Amino acid sequence: MAPLLDKRLILVTGKGGAGKTTVAAALGLAAARRGKRVVLCEVAEQKRLGALFAVDTEHAETELAPGLFAVSVDPEQAKQEWLRYQLKSRTLAGVLGGSRLFQYLTAAAPGLSELVTMGKVWDLAQLERRTGGSVFDLAIVDAPATGHGLAMLRAPSTFAAVARVGPVGRQAEKIDRSLRDPAHTGVLTAALPEEMPVNETVEFERALRRELGMAIDAIVVNALHPERFKRPDVERLEGLSAGSTVTRAAVGAAISEHRRARGEHAQVRRLRRAAGAPVVTLPRIFEPELDRDDLERLSAELERRL
Amino acid sequence: MIGDWLERKEVCICAGSGGVGKTTTSAAIALGMAARGRKVAVLTIDPAKRLANSLGLPELGNEERLVKANVEGELWAMMLDPKRTFDEIVDWHAPDERTRDAVLSNRIYQELSNAVAGSQEYMAMEKLHELHQEGRYDLLVLDTPPTRNALDFIDAPKKLAAFIDSRALQLFAAPGLAGLKVLGRGSGMVFSVLTRATGIDLLEDLSTFFASFAGMTEGFRERAERVNALLADSRSAFVLVTSPRADAVEEAGWFHHRLLDAGLPFAGVVANRVRRAAPRGDPSGELTALLGDDALARRVMRTFEEERRLAAQDRRNLADLRKRLGRKPMIEVPHLDDDVHDIQGLRRMDEYLFG
Repeated sequence: MAPLLDKRLILVTGKGGAGKTTVAAALGLAAARRGKRVVLCEVAEQKRLGALFAVDTEHAETELAPGLFAVSVDPEQAKQEWLRYQLKSRTLAGVLGGSRLFQYLTAAAPGLSELVTMGKVWDLAQLERRTGGSVFDLAIVDAPATGHGLAMLRAPSTFAAVARVGPVGRQAEKIDRSLRDPAHTGVLTAALPEEMPVNETVEFERALRRELGMAIDAIVVNALHPERFKRPDVERLEGLSAGSTVTRAAVGAAISEHRRARGEHAQVRRLRRAAGAPVVTLPRIFEPELDRDDLERLSAELERRL
Repeated sequence: MIGDWLERKEVCICAGSGGVGKTTTSAAIALGMAARGRKVAVLTIDPAKRLANSLGLPELGNEERLVKANVEGELWAMMLDPKRTFDEIVDWHAPDERTRDAVLSNRIYQELSNAVAGSQEYMAMEKLHELHQEGRYDLLVLDTPPTRNALDFIDAPKKLAAFIDSRALQLFAAPGLAGLKVLGRGSGMVFSVLTRATGIDLLEDLSTFFASFAGMTEGFRERAERVNALLADSRSAFVLVTSPRADAVEEAGWFHHRLLDAGLPFAGVVANRVRRAAPRGDPSGELTALLGDDALARRVMRTFEEERRLAAQDRRNLADLRKRLGRKPMIEVPHLDDDVHDIQGLRRMDEYLFG
């Protein structure tokens, strides 16, 4: 765990619904417990962190827990910040930002919002913030779902190639270099112990290596059902034919649970064989909604296993 | 039930947030309709091979492939390649070869057609429209991409049309940067600041891109309008896919609202992985007696209680959604013991979807 938390930037990727936000928050809590000043970044208007910690994250750098802050990255705002920094002048930035030509141009320029989003995330991880915000030891990004996530990671290298010279190119290249530097940036991928999420995780690992030469530091398999029943137990349960409706329903639930758990554990084994990155698992929490205590528990579990 | 929703429909668009089983549901709907004698094609742009997986195909390309499913009708599947589709459209609309090559080789275009969220969604709609025009299938089922914002794809055709119509294109329509320089005093200032902020090279690429695109605006706009018309047509049906999880239900409700606002033909909701409500009562005494094993009975009880609690929450979440749906129907697919990822699994879903 230590080497991972010593990085400055950790991107949490994964398929939609695989628990990226939970993993990002659990990791953030673990780092904050070690005395680090951590910022969790949400992109693309998710607003899920606030719900998880029951605080309002509308404003910049909201404190979620001691040492743990949240920022919701808005591309439009990030663009304005970037302009101010680039032009070193609020007035000039205002002229440009207010110009309709500029509005049209930036709305139309493909990939620009991904680039400024990455730029903002990168800035949050810097020891010297160019936008003058407070300094963090670690920035953790709750990235968009797999496909779009990869596009976002790719944006700096694409712009570095397209712009070649000039400030955009220089900035993009700098960001791209930090992203690919394993001492600076880590990638954690959230997955579920099911057939298709496992396939997608393996695909993502390959694509990341192929397109950006980056490796995943660890794969976190979420919500793994416990193997509560041994084979003889299940045989006895399956052999029961007597009992009231509710008893049979209880037995049925136990058998279903066992089948599901067995299937899931097989998927984890398959993932371990197919993936290059180490695979860690987090237990299924049997609550409709995760609360703060559940999150602390998962965080301790993650810290122990990573 | 899905059979009723899709009777006389030619296009079925499955939408919903990530992780709710959209791909699986699309495949199960397509398979079910093919089993009922229709010639169906299911389309996805999801590069994660989920559809190929669930249909037992080693892979999918931009061409339709016949799925060996042993059905009365026919089931075809394809994975859209957004980049290739975009290239084909440029090829189609370009007034001459020079313009086509200028666009295809422009780096801004390559980026636009490749990576940008939004253009993928638009291309999915384009391909849908094209296949519908060709009329080779009775029904097309589209598995929409897993966007964070599930609505992106509805707005995509409009966005592209707006983009093509935008002042940016007109400004850059003159070759090179000359277009910018004749804009008058105010824009001269903007231009010089812009150059400082971006670097001239990027601007020239943008300029060339917009200039070469300018000649194709009319064709693009017309097409985007036709795609929009197809989505709103009474021969189309939107099926909203969700899970009973609170966040998915919330998004489905909001999405339903947006569909109605946009005047799009909403057919109903498919809720996947719904836990069955357990009967009331306390079976612990009987369990211990029957099993003769206290510890095992306790473990069974613990599992049962967890299951019961989650099932109750599923019911509450779905009841909320039902209220918001008004008279529109909802189909519940129960949480199956194994996750569905092959033809066998799809067939198991059939009885719930079509039952």
